[in-house]
Amino acid sequence: MKIGTSTESGGGSFIGLLSTINGTLNRMSVQTIRNVFSVETGYRLSDDQIVNHFPNHYELTRKDLMVKNIKRYRKELEKEGSPLAEKDENGKYLYLDFVPVTYMLPADYNLFVEEFRKSPSSTWIMKPCGKAQGKGIFLINKLSQIKKWSRDSKTSSFVTQSTKEAYVISLYINNPLLIGGRKFDLRLYVLVSTYRPLRCYMYKLGFCRFCTVKYSPSTSELDNMFVHLTNVAIQKHGEDYNHIHGGKWTVSNLRLYLESTRGKEVTGKLFDEIHWIIVQSLKAVAPVMNNDKHCFECYGYDIIIDDKLKPWLIEVNASPSLTSSTANDRILKYNLINDTLNIAVPNGEIPDCKWNKSPPKEVLGNYEILYDEELAQGDGADRELRSRQGQSLGPKGGRSRDLGRTVLTTWK
Amino acid sequence: MLQEESDLSLIIAQIVQKLKGSNLYAQLERQAWACLQRPEIKLESLKEDIKEFFKISGWEKKLQNAVYSELSVFPLPSHPAAPPEHLKEPLVYMRKAQGSWEKRILKSLNSMCTELSIPLARKRPVGEQKELLSKWNEMGTDEPDLSLFRPVYAPKDFLEVLINLRNPNYENGDSLSFRTHLGLIQVPLKVKDIPELKEFFVELGLTTGQLGIDDSTQVPPELFENEHVRIGQKVLAEQDGAAAQQYIRQGSPTALRADLWALILNISSQPEDILYYEQLKTNVIQHDLLVDSLIYKDVKLTASNDDYYFVFEDYLYQVLLCFSRDTSVLGHFAYNSASPPKSYIRGKLGLEEYAVFYPPNVAPLCFLYHEPSKLYQIFREMYVRFFFRLHSISSHPSGIVSLCLLFETLLQTYLPQLFYHLREIGAQPLRISFKWMVRAFSGYLATDQLLLLWDRILGYNSLEILAVLAAAVFAFRAVNLMEVTSLAAAEAVLADLSTLKVMPLLQIFLFATVT
Repeated sequence: MKIGTSTESGGGSFIGLLSTINGTLNRMSVQTIRNVFSVETGYRLSDDQIVNHFPNHYELTRKDLMVKNIKRYRKELEKEGSPLAEKDENGKYLYLDFVPVTYMLPADYNLFVEEFRKSPSSTWIMKPCGKAQGKGIFLINKLSQIKKWSRDSKTSSFVTQSTKEAYVISLYINNPLLIGGRKFDLRLYVLVSTYRPLRCYMYKLGFCRFCTVKYSPSTSELDNMFVHLTNVAIQKHGEDYNHIHGGKWTVSNLRLYLESTRGKEVTGKLFDEIHWIIVQSLKAVAPVMNNDKHCFECYGYDIIIDDKLKPWLIEVNASPSLTSSTANDRILKYNLINDTLNIAVPNGEIPDCKWNKSPPKEVLGNYEILYDEELAQGDGADRELRSRQGQSLGPKGGRSRDLGRTVLTTWK
Repeated sequence: MLQEESDLSLIIAQIVQKLKGSNLYAQLERQAWACLQRPEIKLESLKEDIKEFFKISGWEKKLQNAVYSELSVFPLPSHPAAPPEHLKEPLVYMRKAQGSWEKRILKSLNSMCTELSIPLARKRPVGEQKELLSKWNEMGTDEPDLSLFRPVYAPKDFLEVLINLRNPNYENGDSLSFRTHLGLIQVPLKVKDIPELKEFFVELGLTTGQLGIDDSTQVPPELFENEHVRIGQKVLAEQDGAAAQQYIRQGSPTALRADLWALILNISSQPEDILYYEQLKTNVIQHDLLVDSLIYKDVKLTASNDDYYFVFEDYLYQVLLCFSRDTSVLGHFAYNSASPPKSYIRGKLGLEEYAVFYPPNVAPLCFLYHEPSKLYQIFREMYVRFFFRLHSISSHPSGIVSLCLLFETLLQTYLPQLFYHLREIGAQPLRISFKWMVRAFSGYLATDQLLLLWDRILGYNSLEILAVLAAAVFAFRAVNLMEVTSLAAAEAVLADLSTLKVMPLLQIFLFATVT
């Protein structure tokens, strides 16, 4: 039996934890993954082999494709007349507006320019589609700073765009929620065992990554990546980086702070919204995902909260860093891998991908069920419910809630 | 009976005197004048009508809260002929000990000044003032060279002083008996035993609902939590300080905590308070004190490295620097045995008094208040009511000496085997628990647990719970501790308290242990 792991930049390996399982371990590179699933090689995984990536995970994890899929999903819902696609008087989606306005460059350059001119004092963030760890990201507030991409689209439409140079440009959230005057983002781990029916789990022990430098929206600091980018890969080169706590807070700390300073209801609402946007993003890509039964995947979701306590989905990572920057971090990541494998590989036995992928509650560990489509559909055909069995997040560790509690009271 | 009555009227007179100088008095006066315009106020029944008005408009409540607040801090009534030092601290040998401790600190400070040729206090040049003002919110990022600064004293130095305290009038003979106190503290102060503690902390009993226990995952919220939250909201709506203090003995819901603490400490954010804070800030900008560098160094060493509090590093500097210049803090020295050392600012800017103290526990408060002047007020009030007692030598039941004695007595009486074992291997328990108590467990417990503990400090208006918790921790880890053979190993067993749940530990120790 082989269990393949894919190691990309910053990835760790699963080798040390599989001592209970008989079999050899293969380390698969991304290229190998592609080969395994590529049509040409004709390679087929056998029933006792499982892999920790979905073949076309890039539909969710590449910044441009994620936005494309979400936009498509929203349009589809609108066409169906679904209440989820309801818009407000300004034309903004009420429930599905969780990704900042984004355009692909150079393809959407002209559309972008139109949008930019509507609010010329806004700041935008340029991100290369295929890179990670904050590489190649920069902020702009003038059109001249991205002339390069306009030239390409004007000169020739026959030139094939190399995917390596593709960028996305998003409206920069310049009013992030600040704590202690610093910007931070949330890293949450979400495990998907199957897309159709959608079954996903959220890891309770996410964390916040703080910048080492005080936040300032002033234009003079646009180039200072220590102010704006929370990636640890960047922050750890800052002067004030501290190796003991690594600039990280647990999500339960965040919750305690917000409940104490803002109140319980708005904090609860914020976390509900975060769960909501994760589930919606997965639903958006579910139809196009190759739901190979040999696959499961653990994603790293990056979320930013603005000062109105609205969460925004920034991106999804397919290979979240499994290296650790502090002692606490190592414990967290160890437990993460342990719990992930407990769910993906039942009972520590040799996997059989024909199983129904419904692990018993006891093995969830620090995961809680985020959304289970089968269970949800079983409770009523015309209402989409989110079941939250098990425990919810909180500094005290959670409590059990009723099955089938609706989140948005305006659902019809 | 007569004595009680005259005591009472004495207390009343003193409180009235104190309140007359307060802002609340001025406000009440204004309100009284203003309400004369109202139609329901009649000349014949002027007094009653005004009283009625105050009741309806909520001013009576505010007055009640203020009186209650004063009562909590008021020292016990004493003989009218007693000199003021006796009010601070009735025991002479304690006063002497505190006096010499202060002298020692001051001497250490002064010698540091001469060594480093830095004045104790100086006025900043204008350029430096501007610079500090501009980076007021980010003092954490600029790190001056602090390597030459030593902390003035460490907790263990203070502990040594306490250990050496002796009552010259007390002679317990050389014969050892089962009454002999085997711990480090050798002064005969009265401390509560477990039956008395059970009575004192009756609301923590097994049959009363608690936050920290009865809001956990397995307990459905309808049983306790929902009702408790509802009562809390009602208490806040009524703005009743005394009720709040009673309520918080069972713990405060996270969302209500900030307001409840403010109510109990009788803090309301008036414009004058914000102004006061701004004035202190100006003071910091204009003058540089040696203690500033010590504060800076201490914060860098502790909070900046802490998993929970590193985010608030900059707030800590702001609050502590202002605090070191706050002369109103001196008002509380009327009931503290300490007297602040005086210092003259060079350049003859006048006499400035400030207190030298061990930087106390600000960080957990940052979880509740993010507005600097309110944070400052709450911190200051908590310090002058409770935390100063952890840093000065006195015979007060909440003073650090009594807490140490309480801790040791509890351990020796109820866990004699453990106590004896630790003593034999050279690991006197107090040496380990002292640092927890002197910081009120801040930095050792998880934040949510710490806040639950401090709820009870406010609720019972006493720090004794710190000693009880320390003993409870030892009881909890007793099995492991019995197996260690050195002080270092004992320290290791007790090194990490961050996973402990405070309320179950306290309940078990007080109410569920077979004695």
